[in-house]
Amino acid sequence: MLVIKCPFCGERDESEFHYGGEADISRPKEPSKLNDREWGDYLFMRKNTKGLFSEIWYHSSGCRRWFRVDRNTTTNDITRVFEINK
Amino acid sequence: MKKFSALSILAEGLTGNKGWKPHWNSVEPKNQYEVVIIGGGGHGLATAYYLAKNHNINNIAVLERNWIGSGNTGRNTTIVRSNYLLNESSRIYEHSLKLWEGLSKELNYNVMFSQRGVLNLAHSLQEIRDSKRRVFANKLNKIDAEWLDSIDVKKYCKIINTSKESRYPVLGATLQKRAGTARHDAVAWGYARGASNLGVDICENCEVIGLKVEKNKIVSINTTKGDIKVKKLGIVVAGHGSVLAQMAGFKLPLETHTLQALVSEPIKPILDCVVMSNAVHVYVSQSDKGELVIGAGIDSINSYQQKGNFSIISGQMGSLLELFPIFSKLKMLRTWGGIVDVSPDASPIIGETPIEGIFFNGGWGTGGFKATPGSGWVFAHTIANNHPHNLAEPFSLNRFYKGILIDEHGAAAVAH
Ligand SMILES: Cc1cc2nc3c(=O)[nH]c(=O)nc-3n(C[C@H](O)[C@H](O)[C@H](O)COP(=O)(O)OP(=O)(O)OC[C@H]3O[C@@H](n4cnc5c(N)ncnc54)[C@H](O)[C@@H]3O)c2cc1C
Ligand SMILES: [Zn+2]
Repeated sequence: MLVIKCPFCGERDESEFHYGGEADISRPKEPSKLNDREWGDYLFMRKNTKGLFSEIWYHSSGCRRWFRVDRNTTTNDITRVFEINK
Repeated sequence: MKKFSALSILAEGLTGNKGWKPHWNSVEPKNQYEVVIIGGGGHGLATAYYLAKNHNINNIAVLERNWIGSGNTGRNTTIVRSNYLLNESSRIYEHSLKLWEGLSKELNYNVMFSQRGVLNLAHSLQEIRDSKRRVFANKLNKIDAEWLDSIDVKKYCKIINTSKESRYPVLGATLQKRAGTARHDAVAWGYARGASNLGVDICENCEVIGLKVEKNKIVSINTTKGDIKVKKLGIVVAGHGSVLAQMAGFKLPLETHTLQALVSEPIKPILDCVVMSNAVHVYVSQSDKGELVIGAGIDSINSYQQKGNFSIISGQMGSLLELFPIFSKLKMLRTWGGIVDVSPDASPIIGETPIEGIFFNGGWGTGGFKATPGSGWVFAHTIANNHPHNLAEPFSLNRFYKGILIDEHGAAAVAH
């Protein structure tokens, strides 16, 4: 079980959180202008990094806020936890 | 290589079993091949075997970074079935099941395929409807399938708890009698032996660390045992698909997760079928050694670690005891994890890639063991002909750009 330090609440067990996957996938600003390839990339293609990975988490059983985590997917070491857009 | 037969086993037995040789030749890679398969799991080895056997290609290598079968092939819970809902999936899994039925003979290697029947339980009205729908769909696709109500479930599997008092009562189940289990290692070893016999080079402890692509075409492979020139390349690395794709410079829609399993201490035969439940999320069978083999769902986070979260295991133990109170005193012996490549629609990706000469076979996620023979068969055809086998065609990478997903998520009874 990971122990994650929510930037708003402090250290809690992983079971209080929901995993949101890869960070920085932002919804296209002008969706109607996208072609099929761009939609496919946005919806489905993922980095799936082996190593240091930037991801988002949701403190669903706590403050119910989203935040960012940098975690190594081969060791589970969390190197950074911070608020989105900071 | 020595053929297995009643006679050869008897003769060896009488002479102290001194005449057995290694089942395959593990060799150093040459510096050039017509086809290289990256990944020495069941799928990669089956691909190499059928490339040599069905397509007469005789200059092939399989590169495995550890030992043969050290990935998910040797870590899975070995459930083999073909009762998928959608036409595309049921065709490829049924093709595979038919190959399973003749596999020990084909390979002259006992893969211990045991058609002991698989029950997929239903615990709610909606699940009953979905299960019956799947039975009808299976029948239309000429796949054996039956619906059992809870009384018949109890008759088929005497130790299951069908009490109405339980939190999620067993209301019925689908049954595929031709489904069952197989010996995972034997599948890898049997294909390795068969491929090696046909002249395929099996290179263990040989990790691919880079791919050289020029003018959008594969040129050579950089490995821990030197560079290898190659005409065609098949990537069959399960959880490491995205890593290899990145080396070649194309994108995949995969996420890698840990999937755990565990076994109990061995006990006398008590469970002679496979029982799976999607709703309470656990599945169990008994191995020939007597251990209960138990599995459930993936860990939620992206991970390349072959170990997972204890909370997943404790959840599946709760579910197991709800279904089988009789197991409450059993001790668990070992737990482990494999890293599985999960695709957005829970269906595999087989076929060409944006790079000429590179073919991809992955995204089997939590349920690809059952597909091993069929996957190798269609992938070999695809590589040999530079064109997808008709059973593989719907599973192209392009479906994610065309929006033609094969959404078996939830459609299948359970993920495995
Ligand atoms: C716990 C668990 C339970 C499962 N239960 C079932 C089940 O009941 N039924 C079912 O049908 N499926 C099940 N599965 C899924 C099934 O195991 C897989 O889908 C299937 O075995 C994949 O086979 P493969 O040959 O593609 O992969 P693998 O056997 O993982 O082989 C891929 C190989 O590629 C190698 N490799 C990776 N990177 C490199 C590199 N850079 N260079 C060289 N080699 C490399 C790896 O070392 C590995 O040996 C389960 C999986 C797990 C983990
Ligand atoms: Zn919080």
